Amino acid sequence: MWKNAMNEPVDVLIIGAGASGAAVAWSLAETRMRILCLEQGGWVKSSELPSTGRDWEARTMEDFAISPNRRGLAADYPVNDDDSPIKIANFNGVGGGTIFYAAHFPRLHPSDFCVRSLDGVADDWPIDYQTLEPFYALNDRMMGVSSLAGDPAYPPKDSLMRPIPLGRTGEVLGAAMNGLGWHWWPSDAAIVTQEYEGRAPCINLGQCGSGCAQGAKGSTDVTYWPEAIRSRIELRTRCRVSRIETNEEGMATGAFYFDADGREQFQSAEIVIMACNGIGTPRILLNSASERFPDGLANSSGLVGKNLMLHPYAQVRGHFDEPLDGYRGSPICTWSMEFYETDPSRDFVRGYSFQFSRGLGPVRTAINGMADGLLPWGDGHHAAFRRLFNHSAGMVSVCEDLPEETNRVTLDPDLKDADGIPAAKIHYRLSENSRRMLDHSIARGKDILKAAGARDITSRAPLPYAGWHLMGTARMGKDPERSVVNEWGRSHDVKNLFIVDGSVFVTSGGVNPTSTIQAVALYVADQIKKRIHNLFD
Amino acid sequence: MMTDRHGDTGDLSANAQQTLRCIARQMIPASAEYGVPGADDPIIFTDILQSIDRDRALLQEALDIVDAMAGGSLVELPEAGQVKRLMEFRTARPDLAAAIEAAVARCYYRDDRVMASIGMEARPPFPIGYKVKEGDWSMLDPVRARGKIYRDTGLMEESS
Repeated sequence: MWKNAMNEPVDVLIIGAGASGAAVAWSLAETRMRILCLEQGGWVKSSELPSTGRDWEARTMEDFAISPNRRGLAADYPVNDDDSPIKIANFNGVGGGTIFYAAHFPRLHPSDFCVRSLDGVADDWPIDYQTLEPFYALNDRMMGVSSLAGDPAYPPKDSLMRPIPLGRTGEVLGAAMNGLGWHWWPSDAAIVTQEYEGRAPCINLGQCGSGCAQGAKGSTDVTYWPEAIRSRIELRTRCRVSRIETNEEGMATGAFYFDADGREQFQSAEIVIMACNGIGTPRILLNSASERFPDGLANSSGLVGKNLMLHPYAQVRGHFDEPLDGYRGSPICTWSMEFYETDPSRDFVRGYSFQFSRGLGPVRTAINGMADGLLPWGDGHHAAFRRLFNHSAGMVSVCEDLPEETNRVTLDPDLKDADGIPAAKIHYRLSENSRRMLDHSIARGKDILKAAGARDITSRAPLPYAGWHLMGTARMGKDPERSVVNEWGRSHDVKNLFIVDGSVFVTSGGVNPTSTIQAVALYVADQIKKRIHNLFD
Repeated sequence: MMTDRHGDTGDLSANAQQTLRCIARQMIPASAEYGVPGADDPIIFTDILQSIDRDRALLQEALDIVDAMAGGSLVELPEAGQVKRLMEFRTARPDLAAAIEAAVARCYYRDDRVMASIGMEARPPFPIGYKVKEGDWSMLDPVRARGKIYRDTGLMEESS
C-alpha cells in the first residue's frame, strides 16, 4: 500500500535537485500541478561540512572531494574520464553542483548567444541575452547575489547588496590591472553579504568550494528548495533514475529508478524534466534506448552526448612579499573580461575571463608548493613554507570551449554504478583554439602578476581537476536535425520531455555557467506555464 | 562523517609504515628554530596512518617502489643514502611522490603545534569565520571611466 501510494502518477517529474532542477521546480510550483523531484543523493547537513572541523582541508580531498570517482559515496555514480585531460567534478545531492561551486556568478555576455553570426564559429543560440535577462534578474534575487553595479563589461544590471570584500588581494591585483589599463571588477557572487531571506551574511570562512556551513552561499538547498517544498513540491532523495519509459505514441510515461534500498520502482508522470547536468542527462537518455528509440531517447539528431564543453582552465599564481588574505574570504574576489571577446589580432577566436583568487590553506599551500618545486623536502621546508603561506594570489582563466562533436559522452561498455546502471564515458580533446587561448591567458596572467610585484610565478594548463562545467550534450535549437531540444527546452522527438540543465547550451561562453543554467531553467518553466494548454502540440 | 563508503580497510604493511615514517621525517623534519615537530612525530604519524583510506593501495605501491630502489629497505640506508634515493624516487615517479606528499601534508598542517607556529588559531573556520578587509572601491574609478567594453551584437536592443 505504502509503495503504491508513493508512486502515484504525478503531473511533472523532475530528475535532479541541483541548480536547474530546483529552479524549475520552484517556478512551476505556482501551477499547483503535482510535482515530484527525484534526486539520487541526500540532503547535506551543514554541521557535517568541512569548515566545521579542524581537518577541513583534508576533508575536501576525501568525502567532499570534487571528483565523484574519488568520493565513491553511495550517492555517486562513477564517470570514466580516463580519455580526457580534464577530469569531471560534480556533487550528487540536494543542491547538486551548487554545494561545491565557488558561487562566482557571471552571466553570459550578449555576444555569447550569437557567435556564428559574429565570429563565424559554432552556432547561434535560438534565444538571446535579452530573452534571458528577466530570468537572470529573478534568479539573482532567488540565489541572493551580491555585486557592484556599473560593470562596463555587461549591460546594466541591478545590485541587490554590496559585493564580497576586495580584501588586500583584490586591491593588489586591481592596482596591477589599473596600471595595465585592463578591465577588472568585483565578482557577482551568489554569496549574501547581509541578512537576506533568512540567510546569515558571509563570515569569510573561505570554504565556498566544499559547502557553506554559514548558509551565506546560495546553494539551492538553502535558496529554491525550501520555498519549493513549502509550495508542496515533493523532493524524494536517494532515488537514482535509470531510464525514461515511453509509450506507443512516443511520449514519455515516467521513469524507472532505484530507491534507497536498491529496489527498482517506476514513477509515472505526464511531463518529464531532465535536470541532471551535461553528463547525467545524456547518460540517462542514452540508457533509455528502446525499440522505439534505438539510439537513445530524444536522439534522432544523433547529438545526445555530443558537443561536450568543459571550459579549459589555466591557473597562474604568484607570491608576494606582503601578507595577503590567505585562506580567509571567498576564494574568488574579482574578475576581468578584458580578453573576453574575439580580437582579430590574436591567433584564436572567442576569448576567456579571468577570475582572481585569494590564497590557499596550509595543506594546499604545502601540496602545491611541493608540486611546483617551491617547497623543498628537508631542512629548507619550514622557511620556504612561510614565504608561501598567506603570501599567494593568482587567477584562473575560464576559456570558451567551442563545441565539437568528437568531444562527447557515451556509455561505458563495462563500468556501472552501484545499481548496475551503465556509467558515462568521456571522450574529450583540447582543440588547437583552446590551446592557444590557454597559452595567451598564461602570458597575460604572468603580465598581471609581474605588474603586481609577484615572485615565484607558476602556471598549469589545462588544470586537470577542473571539469565542473558540463555543457552542450543536448543542445537547444530550432532545427531538429541539429539540436536535441527546441528553443524552449522541449525535446524535438518526445513532446512531453524537457531538458533544463547545462546540456542545452549551444556554446559555453568563457564564464562559469550556473547563472545561465538557472536562467534557462526559469525561462523553460515560464514557457511551460505559458503554453500549458497546448504544450504537446 | 558524511556517509557510507566501502573502502579498503586493510593496513599498510609494517615495512611500508616504517618507510612512510622515514619519508615523512625526510620531507618535513622537526625544527627547533620554528618550534615544530617533524611529520614523523608520533601524534602526527598516527593521524597519517588513520587518514589514508582512499590512498592506501597507491601508497603501498609507492612505498614498495621506494624500498626496492633502496635495495630492499629505505630505513636501513644511512641518512645521505636515504636522501639520495628519495630524490631519485621523486624524479622517477612524481605521481607517487605527490600521493605521499599529500598524505603527509594533510595531517601535518592541521596539528595544533604546527598551526600555532604558522600563526593560525587551532580552530575550524566555522562558526567564528575571519575578517577580510572590505577594500577601496574607488580603485574602480579608472575602470568606470573607460566605459562600456561589452560587444554590441547588432542583433538586439540593449537597455540603457
